[in-house]
Amino acid sequence: MRREWVAAAWTVLTLAMASGVAQAGTTFDAVKARGFVQCGTNVGLAGFSSPDSNGRWTGLDVDICRAVATALFGDAEKVKFIPLSTQQRFTALQSGEVDLLSRNTTWTLTRDTENGLHFAPATFYDGQGFMVAKKAGIKSALELDGASICVQTGTTTELNLSDYFRSHKMTFQSVVIEALSEVNHAFFSGRCDVLTSDTSQLASIRAADAPNPDDYVILPELISKEPLAPAVRHGDDQWFDLVRWVVFATLEAEERGITSKTVDAALTSPDPTVQRLLGVQPGVGHSLGIDDKWVYNVIKQVGNYGEIFQRNVGKESPLKLDRGVNALWTQGGLMYSPPFR
Amino acid sequence: MAIQVLLVGAVIGLVGWLAANALDNLARGSIATGFGFLSRPSNFEVGECLIPCSAADSYGRAFLVGLLNTLKVGGIGLVLTTLLGTLIGIGLLSSNWLAARLARVYVELVRNVPLLLQLFLWYAVITEALPGPRQALSPLPNVFLSNRGLMVPMLAASPAWLSVGIAVIAVVVILLIIGRWRRRPLPPLMAGSLLVGAALLAWLAWGAPTALDVPHLAGFNFRGGMAFSPEFLALLLGLVMYTAAFIAEIVRSGILAVDPGQTEAARALGLSPGLILRLVILPQALRLIVPPLTSQHLNLLKNSSLAVAIGYPDVVSVLDTTINQTGQAIEGVAMIMGVFLVINLTLSALMNWYNARIQLR
Repeated sequence: MRREWVAAAWTVLTLAMASGVAQAGTTFDAVKARGFVQCGTNVGLAGFSSPDSNGRWTGLDVDICRAVATALFGDAEKVKFIPLSTQQRFTALQSGEVDLLSRNTTWTLTRDTENGLHFAPATFYDGQGFMVAKKAGIKSALELDGASICVQTGTTTELNLSDYFRSHKMTFQSVVIEALSEVNHAFFSGRCDVLTSDTSQLASIRAADAPNPDDYVILPELISKEPLAPAVRHGDDQWFDLVRWVVFATLEAEERGITSKTVDAALTSPDPTVQRLLGVQPGVGHSLGIDDKWVYNVIKQVGNYGEIFQRNVGKESPLKLDRGVNALWTQGGLMYSPPFR
Repeated sequence: MAIQVLLVGAVIGLVGWLAANALDNLARGSIATGFGFLSRPSNFEVGECLIPCSAADSYGRAFLVGLLNTLKVGGIGLVLTTLLGTLIGIGLLSSNWLAARLARVYVELVRNVPLLLQLFLWYAVITEALPGPRQALSPLPNVFLSNRGLMVPMLAASPAWLSVGIAVIAVVVILLIIGRWRRRPLPPLMAGSLLVGAALLAWLAWGAPTALDVPHLAGFNFRGGMAFSPEFLALLLGLVMYTAAFIAEIVRSGILAVDPGQTEAARALGLSPGLILRLVILPQALRLIVPPLTSQHLNLLKNSSLAVAIGYPDVVSVLDTTINQTGQAIEGVAMIMGVFLVINLTLSALMNWYNARIQLR
């Protein structure tokens, strides 16, 4: 919507006005002095970031924000959520409007370099897929030659889509719409034959927005790699380290079998690695400039990665996604944390 | 005078300070700047192209494609909205009770609902109410209306059409030269028959081709013919109807501003109602109508940027994607502003020139 590029222009102006928002160490200190984290999230994507019926933000991306706030302040509620469109998200982070962008954002080379961002480890490994109506009888993405395809603007999906169709010598007509709700509406009304996005997002849309979820299928092909990761802006390594190690902590806790329910019992564990992780032996907090008990607080208040996953997008959620490549490396997945020592 | 100089200096200083600050912050955040990205391959498809386009083209060409899409909807929109607005404006003054009331209801309804909502409404009407391509409505032979848009037959590509175009342009140029030489234009009938004659000759010279490119179902959608997408139709409908409501009011007030004595005097001289409108009222009303009309035309062009909301690939939509893929928001937003500034200043200049011509001298 035009309002959104007016917002983009406005952030450009803030970028021009704010002298020295991004000096070394300033983000960490500014957040600490402010007393809460400003976290950029999606405007509404079930399972990742959306307000529930009580207006409370929930989702996998949202929980990462809460985990960072817990590590820094010992309180998962010290977060202000700022919903951002795909268009606004990078300027909002660059200009200092948010401290952390946790908004199903794909980690790419351009974004990591030219856009001035640093990406924490991926919190969800995704891939772009296609959703079609079941009655169209399509079994493979290779049958999509000539189709009309609905896609949301300002995403890596437009590029992947063009690459895929070019490499298979097929044609398509794209319908590029800015607001996600309008994209979904166009697809479900039959304007497009196909809806394309990250498969997790397709599953979310199918569960939340389809008139009848059983009428739609997601095709088996994944046409891209989409590592969705939290991002911070360049210029404050201390802040970047914190965000990165908060994500690792949720993985490490899962690997050690520590959940929000068992974390109190784990405090008395004789295992020295667990003692170090939970701050029984001092060390893990000091080097990050925060309390040694931060991992304990994060696991107690937010949970380990496995709990976050299952609660928001896994078997306990309407999305019902498998762990797949998002399982721990010990179970054949890609989730791996460096050692806490 | 001194204060003015100081003020201008302060404004220039402020802009310079903002620019220097922005560059400084961009450098500190190691964010790339400059327009070098325009020559890089864009790697995304634009949904509708007036010139051949593909994902292999540069961002610069994608920008041009978007610009042409904006000009297409703006150009067609300006003509249609002026016609519709004038018609409704005259309707507002109609002595026919029903016509006047209908025109009034239209103006009040359309003028007071936000344009964005109207666009969503038209888009929903087209995509929800119309059937899929396989059950497409066919109001005329070979014309299809579905939720994929309006498909109409087109004259099949042939060199004949190029020569017809050249012949018409050549005759228009010759007529202009003759008109200037004679200090007045040729009689309309003569000029018209010359034009038609030249076009006909050029067409016959190529063997009078009549082949049509007819839309037909192939795979998911129609192929061939000329297609108007639902996004284009919804945007055009929304813009034309919305702006026409404002133009109608301008036309009404322009006509009412002509002293009724003029009409009475013309009637006393025995002129017919049609002649009164053409010779007495319109020449005077136009002088009052043109300046506010210009501002409505500019509004229509600017409002066309709402296209992103319903997925029409206008220049804003293309630059949005460009900004997202390259991350160069400042350059992209500057290009959006530059485009609308140039288009609108050009249109303003044209309308001002026309306005100066029709003023009493």
